[in-house]
Amino acid sequence: MFASLLVVAIIGAIAWAGSAVGLGVLFGVVLPYVAVAAFFVGVIWRMVYWAKSPVPFAIPTTGGQERSLDFIKQAKWDCPTTTFGVVRRMFLEVVFFRSLFRNTCADVREFDEVNNGPRTIYFSSKWLWVFSLLFHYCFLLVFIRHFRFFMDPVCPVITWIETIDGIMQVGAPRFFWTGGLLLCALLFLLARRAFNQRLRYISLPNDYFPLFLLIGIVGTGICLRYFDKTDIAQVKVFIMGLVHFAPVSADGINALFFVHLTLVSVLLLYFPFSKLMHMAGIFFSPTRNLPCNTREVRHVNPWNPPKQFYTYAEYEDAFRDAMADAGLPLEKQPEKAAE
Amino acid sequence: MAKLPTPQELVASRPDFPEQDWLDVKPQFTPGSYCYPAKKETMELLHMPNPHDWDPAAEDWNLPEDWEKILCDAFAERLEKHRSLKLFMDICVRCGACADKCHFFLGTNDPKNMPVLRAELLRSLYRRDYTMLGKILGKKVGARGWDKDVVKELFYYAYQCTECRRCSLFCPYGIDTAEITAIVRELLHEVGLGIHWIMDPVKNCSFTGNHLGIQPHSFVEIVEMLADDCETITGIRPKTPFNEKGHEILFITPSGDVFADPGIYTFMGYLMLFHELDLDYTFSTYASEGGNFGSFTTFNMAKKLNAKMYAEAERLGAKWILGGECGHMWRVINQYMATYNGPAPSCMMDVPTSPITGTKFTNAAATKMVHITEFTADLIKHNKLNLDPSRNDHIITTFHDSCNPARGMGLLEEPRYVLKAVCNNFVEMPENTIREQTFCCGAGSGLNTEEIMELRMRSGMPRGNALRYVQEKYGVNHMACVCAIDRATLPPLANYWAPGVTVSGLHELVANALVMKGECKRTMDLRQEDLPNVEPDETETQVEGQ
Repeated sequence: MFASLLVVAIIGAIAWAGSAVGLGVLFGVVLPYVAVAAFFVGVIWRMVYWAKSPVPFAIPTTGGQERSLDFIKQAKWDCPTTTFGVVRRMFLEVVFFRSLFRNTCADVREFDEVNNGPRTIYFSSKWLWVFSLLFHYCFLLVFIRHFRFFMDPVCPVITWIETIDGIMQVGAPRFFWTGGLLLCALLFLLARRAFNQRLRYISLPNDYFPLFLLIGIVGTGICLRYFDKTDIAQVKVFIMGLVHFAPVSADGINALFFVHLTLVSVLLLYFPFSKLMHMAGIFFSPTRNLPCNTREVRHVNPWNPPKQFYTYAEYEDAFRDAMADAGLPLEKQPEKAAE
Repeated sequence: MAKLPTPQELVASRPDFPEQDWLDVKPQFTPGSYCYPAKKETMELLHMPNPHDWDPAAEDWNLPEDWEKILCDAFAERLEKHRSLKLFMDICVRCGACADKCHFFLGTNDPKNMPVLRAELLRSLYRRDYTMLGKILGKKVGARGWDKDVVKELFYYAYQCTECRRCSLFCPYGIDTAEITAIVRELLHEVGLGIHWIMDPVKNCSFTGNHLGIQPHSFVEIVEMLADDCETITGIRPKTPFNEKGHEILFITPSGDVFADPGIYTFMGYLMLFHELDLDYTFSTYASEGGNFGSFTTFNMAKKLNAKMYAEAERLGAKWILGGECGHMWRVINQYMATYNGPAPSCMMDVPTSPITGTKFTNAAATKMVHITEFTADLIKHNKLNLDPSRNDHIITTFHDSCNPARGMGLLEEPRYVLKAVCNNFVEMPENTIREQTFCCGAGSGLNTEEIMELRMRSGMPRGNALRYVQEKYGVNHMACVCAIDRATLPPLANYWAPGVTVSGLHELVANALVMKGECKRTMDLRQEDLPNVEPDETETQVEGQ
């Protein structure tokens, strides 16, 4: 955990120092280009890597009643049989994290009055769901908000989102709720890993690193807006230069901006090689993206091996006399088989 | 078998998490923590790779010389063949939502029984060979290489997972531990590691048609005896057609129901139901096993055993196949059969149709296999059965959803519909333990063997606790189920966690309630125990009358 924190801190420090000694071009121009390219190439490479393996079996998890008899109501959302149903299931999964919404917490008690003995009780547990949704949606909105730096003129949708985001009209510059909530959600996810025994036991640096990286990005972003205020106009000119492949000088932009930009670049670089690929992976998940109509429509396995099994003929050969004695019908009567 | 601790002792004795990092903890092969290994001869007979003698408790497992290469190559091959495996190796974020969804974890508190960590056992190997960070940073990012202790660890935990898929329901990405466990078991088979309790039935199913290896004539004899019992109870001897050609329906059910109490009563239920309907059907001694123990070993073995069903339907000229109550049998039929061995033989009808009601089972159009509870629910809906549910008034029943029909098929309402029609007293267990959230009996996927009884009671704890709850709160004294393995595993589980609760298949209760045309006055249920609401003097008259 601390190693991950240290790595993120070092990356930030290097970016800070680098830009201070005039390596702004490296951290402001070269690294972002490399990172964006690596991100797209890497994500596509990983998706191609998955897609190269076939889906030999249709193994949807049936999350509710199957479609069978007319008078039995099918759970169309969780056990879909049609393409539309599968799209709806995937939509609910991707947009609302439906499976995570089911989450429960099991409490094993050594003694319970009702059971007069041990009992396991299940409590609804929606915190992970709430904070995951909060994190992902705030991140999305913050991401979209940043397009004001990439566009000229700024699209009205983005202006509208900014208005909504700052609707409470607190502070100057106006406080954006998404930024604050994003940080809260990240801190919750981090605290879960740090303080829940089970989570702490399974967590790897691979889990802490992206959390610290994101906290670093959000933290520097918030600082740039409210505390160590950067010259927005200059940043926009600089970024538009990047967008148009005509980089301009970064002189005068404060060092913290380069820390922010570098951490984002590292996130993009890290993304395709990490668990963050769950973003693309969810769409490939065979327990969710296949229709639950496996008895109705045959799923074909491209590497289906040839059928090899103990045939009836071999079986009858092995047991013919006994079967005849038991009066079982036979393909070949014992006398005939003996010939 | 060692003496079991009391339920309270068992819960209290769940250890805390180890101090060390999970990569540094090695499993202890103490008696009761592992299943007995498969015999070398069995493995040879089945042409499994690298058969050898070995003992899980021994230091040296006699792995083949180039075991590491075999495993690495086999893993690479599985990655090429299964997109699911690549994906599940890559996208887990270790959010921990699956952790307390696993019955093995709840019962043992062993962190490696959290589905996420069970998968990490394999994922750590994947990281070293297939991810850039794992190659560079190794153990720091949870990557490790193969060694013999890793093989042991994989074995230990692959056989502490019943492939019930409860975790896959809660996973935000649908990561299915059953898929991972199945592939780990495949890998272990590549170096000759399997368990006796699975491989012996596989051998028997393969060569004699059923998992105990009962030969055809004995099989018929046993069924005849069950038919005799039906006659004792009802005065009607149901027909027992075997291996006959030209019938409309081939009926296949797990063979456990022919041999083992209380499955035999379910089997008698089938006989009585089909006789009452005058159903045009036949059994087969060749395809007399619905259950598929191959599905607990390798995909190919599952395919091999399953192939007999279509082959026999074709030989006998059946129009469709009716399948009995079973768990993993239906996972295979519902999600794998058409893929493995389809398309169905051309002699079969386009859409299986009930000859009694004319209902077309369009949901089974490709495999041509209908579940018996779909069939019976349809009969009841169309009022084709004369039922007297008061004959089951001596029981207050609950219903155990089996993992596979629940999460691999979605068979939830059909059995309830039937159960409510044949029993007046039905109580559900708590909502987080039923339907798609159902808990495993604790011993599915080939783990219902005696030597791990304490482990089974641990993994059966969530189910046992839920059963105990309805027993204490609502006076439940019976648990119905639609799975032959459940009928073998739930009686000891009930006996331990909720003593006094009996277990039966659904069709035992159907047959208890079924009023057959021309039957004698029923005084006994299928277990030949006294029926409720029968006046004692009437019983005597009845006996005297006979």
